[in-house]
Amino acid sequence: MEAFLSSLVSVAFHGIAYGMILYVISVGLSVTMGLMGFVNLAHGVFAMAGGYILTSAISRFGLPFPLALALAVIVVAAASVPLERLLYSRLYGAGELEQVLFTIGLIFMAVAAAQVIFGMLQQPVLLPDYLKGQFPLLGRDFPAYRVFLIVVSGAMIAALWFSVERTLWGAMVRAAVDNLAMAQSIGINTRRLFTLTFALGSGLAGLGGALGAEIIAIQPTYPFEHLVYFLIVVSVGGLGSLRGPFAAALLIGVTDTACKYWLPQFGAFFIYVATIVLLLWRPDGLFGKRI
Amino acid sequence: MRSKRFVTSLMVAAALLGAGPLAAQTIKIGFMSTYSGPGAAQGDQLDKGAKLYLKLNSGKLPKGVKVEVITRDDTGANPDVAKRVAQELIVRDKVQFLTGFVWTPNAAAIAPLTAEAKVPYISMNAAGVNIVNLSPYMARVSFTLWQSVYPLGQWAAKKFKRAYTAVSDFAPGHESEDAFTKGFKEGGGEIVDSVRIPLANPDFVPYMQRVKDAKPDVLFAFNPAGKQATAMIKAYADLGLAKAGIKYIGPGDITTDEELQGMGDVAIGVITVHHYSAAADRPANKAFVAAYKKEYGEKLNPGFMAVGAWDAMDVIFNVIRAQKGKLDPDKTMDLIKQYKNPNSPRGPIAIDPDTRDIIQNEYLREVRKVGGQLANVEIETIATQIKDPWKEFNKKK
Repeated sequence: MEAFLSSLVSVAFHGIAYGMILYVISVGLSVTMGLMGFVNLAHGVFAMAGGYILTSAISRFGLPFPLALALAVIVVAAASVPLERLLYSRLYGAGELEQVLFTIGLIFMAVAAAQVIFGMLQQPVLLPDYLKGQFPLLGRDFPAYRVFLIVVSGAMIAALWFSVERTLWGAMVRAAVDNLAMAQSIGINTRRLFTLTFALGSGLAGLGGALGAEIIAIQPTYPFEHLVYFLIVVSVGGLGSLRGPFAAALLIGVTDTACKYWLPQFGAFFIYVATIVLLLWRPDGLFGKRI
Repeated sequence: MRSKRFVTSLMVAAALLGAGPLAAQTIKIGFMSTYSGPGAAQGDQLDKGAKLYLKLNSGKLPKGVKVEVITRDDTGANPDVAKRVAQELIVRDKVQFLTGFVWTPNAAAIAPLTAEAKVPYISMNAAGVNIVNLSPYMARVSFTLWQSVYPLGQWAAKKFKRAYTAVSDFAPGHESEDAFTKGFKEGGGEIVDSVRIPLANPDFVPYMQRVKDAKPDVLFAFNPAGKQATAMIKAYADLGLAKAGIKYIGPGDITTDEELQGMGDVAIGVITVHHYSAAADRPANKAFVAAYKKEYGEKLNPGFMAVGAWDAMDVIFNVIRAQKGKLDPDKTMDLIKQYKNPNSPRGPIAIDPDTRDIIQNEYLREVRKVGGQLANVEIETIATQIKDPWKEFNKKK
């Protein structure tokens, strides 16, 4: 019993850490898909960019870890603005096929560019000493980095919820998600709102990629390899909501971890079975709005 | 229609050209490696090793003989593409050798072609244990997993009692699990549990937690080199398995020389067995590493795949020299079977005349920090001139 409880604790802990990363990376995708109706498959590119910025800022320029993390978020968010203005905004009204083709094309270009600049090998993450090793808590050792990851993502998620639920900008986003035409007609500048939201979503992806670089290795095929996980989080969670993907990411993180721990022989496909079952039960996702 | 006719006339022209007398002995070598997709890092190693050999040894051919290397991209573990490309190389370009090949499925796919067209093939990497059995025109200079893992299992049985095996769920993973289990059990060890981890797996922590809770003395691991191997070692380190007294061991594939720097300090202390380490202090290896760094940059270490490519080219050059540039496929295969090189960068090697597979030494290594860089430091030679054990155990009666 003692052993079971103890493994329960570690499964929950690791599952939450993994789910947090999935959430931070994917939440931007959910918001842009819900708000702008844009199928941005290239979302992982921003996460990968965040990872590359973090790893090179540390290894090439010797920046301390927290600064490199902040830099990753800011640079990715800033870089996404011209992308949105020049490329994405042209396809807002376009069909899904055009959007998918466009963003898949973006992924191919990003993969090739990353390969040319950084090579095919994965990037080492040089963690500062205070994030290495174990962190004792309640008589059990937890990996220090994962504790840090949960704390940072948790703080970030709280800030995000506050800004969406309690600020004017958040109110405008919610209004635009609910009814775009009405939001425009009462004078909300949706174009600027889109750009801002897109930048925020991309910045979050950059943060997720950078924070998660220690767990999900940064190398050129990143946006392809993990795309399916991001999409699962968004589709299970439901488009355009913050809570949905959060619940979905935690659910996936914890159940995936639990299944790998107790039933490793089924670990490979459990996540897909769970996705199918959930989507059969609720086709719009856990918290999705019926469109 | 027009383009079809154009292609046909090209093919006729090519056939006519090929049918004519061999003008100014140019030996054509079809070199298939991976230049695009996720496997491009491995393909790059073959490319670099082979090109380096050609550059440094082009003067060592008989007078009037030249080699022309026709390079093709097989795009990854992609048997259909490999077969098509190999067919083009054989039929259109009339190559006299096929070599390269990172991937076992690709090598398996072209095996019937080599037999039908009598084109000698030399595997620079593709290590699937059965490959050389598929065609009498196939030989290999790389390795098999049995060669490194079976002796590792025997060695581990002397040091440890209880082992846990965790391998990636694909053919090489299964092969290494079998080889380790056999070696370890024969030595009197006990396998506590075995797990096969899906290839598309971003988080290894749950698996490592399970290993930790099973309290073995040693963890045998095999994943594809690079991010998978690194992620698993990181999870092992994060959870403090080393402190819990669980040793991490595996074939050298998990700490390849080119990926090692990217793995970081977590890899320190990992014990592996392999036929090649860039850190080995044999003179032939020192010269090879120096030449490699001079050509490709101080920071870049050659890995075992670069050495495989280097040695494959050496086999080809030997065969060309022995036949003075006039190649006959069956003669070529006979010569390949007699190939011996006491001074490969990896130590003495030979081709086993019975199986056309490589005979080489296997070294026990530990990851240590040498001069600020991580290196696979060779501790001892645990198998001298070992043949592939799998073929020894499964001899055709």
